[in-house]
Amino acid sequence: MRELQGIYVLWLRDIKRYLRARSRVLGSLGMPFFFLIFFSLGFRRAQIPSLSLKYTDFLAPGIIAMIILFTSVFSGISVVWDRQFGFLREIMVAPIGRTSIAIGRILGGATTAVIQGWIMLIASLAIGFSPLLSGLLPATLFMVLMAVAFTGVGIAFSTLMRDFHGFQIIINFFVFPVFLLSGAIFPIEELGNLAFFAMFNPMSYGVDGIRWSLTGYTEISPVYDFLVLGIFSASLVLIASYLFKRTEV
Amino acid sequence: MAAIFVDNLTKSFNGFKALDSVSFEVGEGEIFGLLGPNGAGKTTAIKILVTLLRPSSGNVKVAGYDVVREADKVRRKIGVVFQEPTLDLELTAKENLDFHGRLYGMSREERRKRIAEVLELTGIKERADTLVKNFSGGMQRRLEIARGVLHEPEILFLDEPTLGLDVQTRRKIWDYIENLKKKGVTVVLTTHYIEEAEKLCDRVAIIDLGKIIALDTPERLKSYVGQLLTIEVEGSISACSISNAKIRDSVIEMSVENGEEAIPEVVRKLQSEGIKIKSVSLRKPTLEDVFVSLTGRKIRESGEEWKFWLRMRRR
Ligand SMILES: Nc1ncnc2c1ncn2[C@@H]1O[C@H](COP(=O)(O)OP(=O)(O)OP(=O)(O)O)[C@@H](O)[C@H]1O
Ligand SMILES: [Mg+2]
Repeated sequence: MRELQGIYVLWLRDIKRYLRARSRVLGSLGMPFFFLIFFSLGFRRAQIPSLSLKYTDFLAPGIIAMIILFTSVFSGISVVWDRQFGFLREIMVAPIGRTSIAIGRILGGATTAVIQGWIMLIASLAIGFSPLLSGLLPATLFMVLMAVAFTGVGIAFSTLMRDFHGFQIIINFFVFPVFLLSGAIFPIEELGNLAFFAMFNPMSYGVDGIRWSLTGYTEISPVYDFLVLGIFSASLVLIASYLFKRTEV
Repeated sequence: MAAIFVDNLTKSFNGFKALDSVSFEVGEGEIFGLLGPNGAGKTTAIKILVTLLRPSSGNVKVAGYDVVREADKVRRKIGVVFQEPTLDLELTAKENLDFHGRLYGMSREERRKRIAEVLELTGIKERADTLVKNFSGGMQRRLEIARGVLHEPEILFLDEPTLGLDVQTRRKIWDYIENLKKKGVTVVLTTHYIEEAEKLCDRVAIIDLGKIIALDTPERLKSYVGQLLTIEVEGSISACSISNAKIRDSVIEMSVENGEEAIPEVVRKLQSEGIKIKSVSLRKPTLEDVFVSLTGRKIRESGEEWKFWLRMRRR
């Protein structure tokens, strides 16, 4: 009971901070939204051999997955801020377990990421994306799994960082490769030899799951997507909690 | 049962001993002070007591629970005000307090009542709905204190609680701490304000370079050095017959057990040597004098604390 209360409070804090930081929210939606507009414009007449779908419909789910990836990794890493501003200490001496702290953070970060994903989904309607209404629920499920997993990744990174010096490295050598190797912008098949690596990328399954839900188009299979993401996010919750337990502040 | 039990505690950072075989006990309802210069190891000791750092070796119990093996039980008993800032700057003062109350399982009604009380105590009621990032350093400090006592812990740890506070607020906090003692709350505080240690603490541990070099009531600690007798003479002298006297030009200093009795005797002696006395002054010692007599150094140059506080805030 006490632990649940703790998880709830930490979640609540993330939501409050999210709702308060409107400019930051809009800012983080900007780049993916421009990707969406200009890629779908620029490639609208391009012929992609392995693609049987209108490019805008193909791209929109990928961009939704992108915003979820970025938001959740960032909110996981924001634990580093809490460490730097000392707030982490307030949490770490409180009478709730380390695992609950990690779970509260993960749920908070994941919730904001899913909200961002939905905002992007709604925005994409404006440029002509027409999702299957029946797919909204399963799409949300895939968004949640992805968001939980990558917030966990962010928290795991945060426990290895003392300050923000490593931030750029994580963006350039983790977040972007994961994004580009996921089939978000073009089909995995077009990656040639690198397609092999895309199969080891959890993000690929998130992209495929969301795309299948919203358009019916799939490169992998929704069942695989669900299983892989489910296992991945569960392990990340465990790994993040474990690393969190060992941190000293 | 002692509220806090520390036996042979050592904490090393990469081979450097921040705490070196420290032992002490704090009784229930006692106000216990850790007094020492920068880098003495005070904060390290507090962090270990509140379960944030693990001891390298030694045995540490708080409220009867081991700080390593039963950390979660310890956390249920304590409240902490850290030396360094630990507020959520993106939330308002009230939200910070409310967040804390919820973390500690306080009911809505309790939270409402206590938040009003601590806002009153620390004098930030008018700014309760301001974002903390718009607070001045002193106001943030007050909020830290308000939050630390919000859930009425049985054992309270205060690391330099009144650092950077104005005199008025400091007095108020002192009164509050004294009141807590009446309610049976155990308080451990670190400080470098001599006055704070002398006024509040039942017992003081003087700590230097990771070691406790003296531990007793403020009165007894001061009685170790005795009273300070300063005699100004005409001209400059180089020697006199008083054995423990320190001579600097025309000033003779010595410590005596009982000044009122010693003065006539000393004056007679000096006069018999033909030394002309200009003035005699007797000063009761402070804990600073105790520290100086034990280490030959001062605890902290006055005025430095503000620079220190500013440096910390700027991080
Ligand atoms: N995490 C750490 N890693 C390495 N050294 C540390 C660490 N924390 C503290 N120290 C060192 O341990 C010593 C004691 O530090 P501590 O913060 O306990 O001092 P303090 O008595 O609180 O001083 P102050 O009055 O400045 O607050 C210092 O020399 C400090 O540099
Ligand atoms: Mg300190």
